[in-house]
Amino acid sequence: MATFLLELVSPEKLLLSRQVEMATIPASEGEMGVLPGHSPMIVTLRGGVIRVRENGAETERLFVGGGFAEVAPERVTVLADEATPLATLSRAAAEQRIAEAEAALRAITNDDSEAKRDAAMDRLLAARAMLAAAQAA
Amino acid sequence: MASLKDLRGRINSVKNTRKITQAMKMVAAAKLRRAQAQAEAARPYAERMEAILASLGAAVASAPGAPQLLVGTGEDRVHLLVVVTADRGLAGAFNTNVGRLARARIRALEAEGKVVKILTVGRKGAAYLKREFASRFVGEITYLGKKRVEFTDAEAVAIRVTEMLEAGEFDVCSLVYNRFRNVITQVPTEQRLIPAPLPEQAAETGGPQALYEYEPGEEEILATLLPRNLAIQVYRAVLESTAGFYGSQMTAMDNATRNAGDMINKLTLNYNRTRQANITKELIEIISGAEAV
Repeated sequence: MATFLLELVSPEKLLLSRQVEMATIPASEGEMGVLPGHSPMIVTLRGGVIRVRENGAETERLFVGGGFAEVAPERVTVLADEATPLATLSRAAAEQRIAEAEAALRAITNDDSEAKRDAAMDRLLAARAMLAAAQAA
Repeated sequence: MASLKDLRGRINSVKNTRKITQAMKMVAAAKLRRAQAQAEAARPYAERMEAILASLGAAVASAPGAPQLLVGTGEDRVHLLVVVTADRGLAGAFNTNVGRLARARIRALEAEGKVVKILTVGRKGAAYLKREFASRFVGEITYLGKKRVEFTDAEAVAIRVTEMLEAGEFDVCSLVYNRFRNVITQVPTEQRLIPAPLPEQAAETGGPQALYEYEPGEEEILATLLPRNLAIQVYRAVLESTAGFYGSQMTAMDNATRNAGDMINKLTLNYNRTRQANITKELIEIISGAEAV
């Protein structure tokens, strides 16, 4: 089967760089399945799980906490804010992050800008996605 | 002339100093390796980010209402300098070099009638610049006590800068830090952050650039991409500075160890000469005493 190069990088390291058959990416406007030959796109990501298919089976699942992806016909680059393999995700850390995000959201008043509220909301959603991913693992 | 006891004391003290500098050199070498690995690990992200920014930025920069992070405020009056140094000393001229460059820049800008604001990252730079420019300080950040600098630490600096920009507190922002060339060479560098210098379009891709679809729109993507790019630039500078610091410290401690060795040799020679002189003197005294009898 045809493959394309998937690269997953976080600011702290390069996590993945190899030929895969399909990747499912949590784009901000909905999950996106990418196959070889996809039309070029740049999308933002929300917190969610990236799934990788190789040789007809799902081989990797990684949680990303937001970021970008650049999709080209024979290459996909995911720039994740943070990326963790699902197996090493901890529920306690996710719960703690939800608590922090909720507190941050509550601290926002009407005087704050809309962008700030949106950012806090996105963080909370990403933290919830992290918990869901931790539970699924 | 120093007595034998004094000389012995000095030799011992220099020997102790040599032990300390030697240990520090080893520690710096180990930490350098780690810092270098971290800096290297951060590179792919920064490179991909630059590529995306290049393909996106060129299209948006010329449009009216482009984000301030990309094009600045359109003025050139207030400059913010973010000065990155280490938190510790004993690393040769590492911190002084950055401080000197920053000072030269501040002087030059003020001579042109610009207003300068300073934000320091790292304790040493703050100490150096405060003596002269305390009134221009808007903040100082240290990572003292942290084992390694994480991306979120750099992000905090970027958020601070972004907030200042939104509040209209400056027009142009630059970063001053030590670029890591190799273990013995660190180059004090100034790099502009805002307005963002757009990387040249990658020429080697050849032919027309692929036309991207954006989801959501270009502006939304740019609005999230630009702050992150800023954070990455700061992160990279901090990592390079950290690697440079350990490189510089290693070199400095290597020199110190060698100097201590030279000093010990000199003192030992001196000690032996004095000892022999004393013996000779005593012999002369005994012999001339015996002859007199």
